[in-house]
Amino acid sequence: MSATKLQPLKVEAAEARLAALTLPEGAGWATEARKAALSRVAAMGLPHRRDEYWKYTDPASLVAAEAPKAALFHNDEGPLFDAIDRVKIVFVDGVFDAAASDDLTLTGVEIERLSDACTKDIHWAKDIYGVLEARNAQSKVDRPLAALNTAFAADGVVIRATGKASKPINLIYLHKSESSDAMLHHLVRVEVGADLTLLETGPAAARFSKVMEVDVADGGAFHHVRAQGRDHERRAVTGTYARLGKESTFKSFTMTFNGVLTRNETLVELTGDDAVAHVAGACVGDGKDFHHDDTVFVTHDAVNCESRQVFKKVLRNGATGVFQAKILVQPGAQKTDGYQISQSLLLDEDSQFLAKPELEIYADDVACSHGSTSGAIDEEALFYLRSRGVPVAEATDLLTLSFLGEALEEIEDERLAQDMLDRLSGWLSRRR
Amino acid sequence: MLQIKNLHVKLEEEDKQILKGVDLTVEAGKVHAIMGPNGSGKSTLSYVLSGKDGYEVTDGSATLEGVDLLEMEPEERAAAGLFLAFQYPVEIPGVGNMTFLRTAVNAQRKARGEEEISAADFLKLVRETAKTLKIDAEMLKRPVNVGFSGGEKKRNEILQMAMLAPKMCILDETDSGLDVDAMKLVADGVNALRNEGRGFLVITHYQRLLDHIKPDVVHIMANGRIVKTGGPELALEVENNGYADILSEVA
Repeated sequence: MSATKLQPLKVEAAEARLAALTLPEGAGWATEARKAALSRVAAMGLPHRRDEYWKYTDPASLVAAEAPKAALFHNDEGPLFDAIDRVKIVFVDGVFDAAASDDLTLTGVEIERLSDACTKDIHWAKDIYGVLEARNAQSKVDRPLAALNTAFAADGVVIRATGKASKPINLIYLHKSESSDAMLHHLVRVEVGADLTLLETGPAAARFSKVMEVDVADGGAFHHVRAQGRDHERRAVTGTYARLGKESTFKSFTMTFNGVLTRNETLVELTGDDAVAHVAGACVGDGKDFHHDDTVFVTHDAVNCESRQVFKKVLRNGATGVFQAKILVQPGAQKTDGYQISQSLLLDEDSQFLAKPELEIYADDVACSHGSTSGAIDEEALFYLRSRGVPVAEATDLLTLSFLGEALEEIEDERLAQDMLDRLSGWLSRRR
Repeated sequence: MLQIKNLHVKLEEEDKQILKGVDLTVEAGKVHAIMGPNGSGKSTLSYVLSGKDGYEVTDGSATLEGVDLLEMEPEERAAAGLFLAFQYPVEIPGVGNMTFLRTAVNAQRKARGEEEISAADFLKLVRETAKTLKIDAEMLKRPVNVGFSGGEKKRNEILQMAMLAPKMCILDETDSGLDVDAMKLVADGVNALRNEGRGFLVITHYQRLLDHIKPDVVHIMANGRIVKTGGPELALEVENNGYADILSEVA
């Protein structure tokens, strides 16, 4: 289909979707940004499966005016990271639950609800709300679902770290209604030399849209560890838009269990010299009702920066995994060290992995590498384990954990890594 | 202990007969060695006994203490008491050596209806055993065989053998890739495990390993059959004269 024929369809879809939504009231300074985002959506239209950017993932159910229902998953496991001292901020189907949350106080950090922050005339968040999301510094790709979120997400948190946070903040996303259609928009600013760890856990909603804009100032460090919940029928489109200053650090890891459709976009711009960005993800999917898409763009726009992308997918019984990612090295971004690896472990012939890894380099003194592989369980290793008496199912699980190891190692905090590993072992032993 | 009768094996994928009627009995407490030129079927015999895919048994039988090995899955053979020390131990990144050992020991215990060993008892046992094999604690923490030298890998095989305490041990070219010191260390480990109830089948190209692990019986294998059986002196004969003399003698 030509672009001229496609565009009217996308605009039509946007009109249908917008008809069901109203801009949040009392949004203060955010109103302007919301209106701007709304006009961007109207102009871009909503994604269509013929869009190159959605080549491997059909966005229809994310675009539809009404969210498809999702049955609740009765998880017999306790909350993730429960033994770790953290500030819990709970959202139920996308709505902040003050009673279930801890006090929003933490040494070295200011935490507010988005709706409260918007009403303050002078606020740092004004400079990044909808701004990092819309920057589109590379590839000029339209991201209307993110713009839609900027326009309509009424809830979220606004976090500013001014020093070393004494403990992690955990955004907990509970899913309690089968027909919930939730949007959250978070803003994070890590000030000069500050250090923040943000955890996100839970299935969130039947359909979940989340945008997080992260601004890391010079020498700041942002650590992000996320686990997307077990509900099989849930859908999610999430976008993390980060801008990194000089000598700053951004490290993000996402573990995804189940989900009929998950699209995680991560866009990181290294704008200050000597910055470091690591983006990693692991997912485990079982069945034709699993589709997981990691879309990652890392832009090097400064000297001597390091970026690393490590993505691993375990797919079985007809599950689908997608990886499309790019390292873009802008002119002048010399001494760039870029690495990208995406691998899938296909446990049967019905599962599939679709990968589109890209490098685009406009500087001449850089070291960039990328690789993408799909493979089955290593028969030699499987026989080795079985010859030692380990039954085939248990041996397969061990080799699956072995495969995911390189991605899990991206979690720096050992307690978080151990909790995640336990949760993963639990998923494997429960068989979905 | 191990009884192999008229074993015929072909490759599953192609019409190629590898074993053409192997007869062999290893008694408890004895060490049997199999020597033979490349391609004689020595390694195939070890794989078929331990249950590797890719081979088809067309005739004959193999039993361990009267139990049919060939009908069992590899893990069942292991639980029944069979152990194969690999010629090329496999590297498994991301799985700790200790986790691997404990998983294996407990899986076998479970299969035999025994209680799992406690973490504390296991740790104590593995540390003691590792010490005798000069395996340092660091090697136990590392992922299975990843970054191990040739000698470390083979010592790790012997450590597994010691922890799993099998009835019947098959060593497939355990001397390959080892220098003299490493070979002696491995041989000492094996000798420490020799006892009246345990049988050994040592597969090797060279006599030198048999200087350290003294066999009771030596078999010469060629072209898929055992062509000659004798005492330790047979290994010396191979060392001095090569296989050609023996093979022409039995041809």
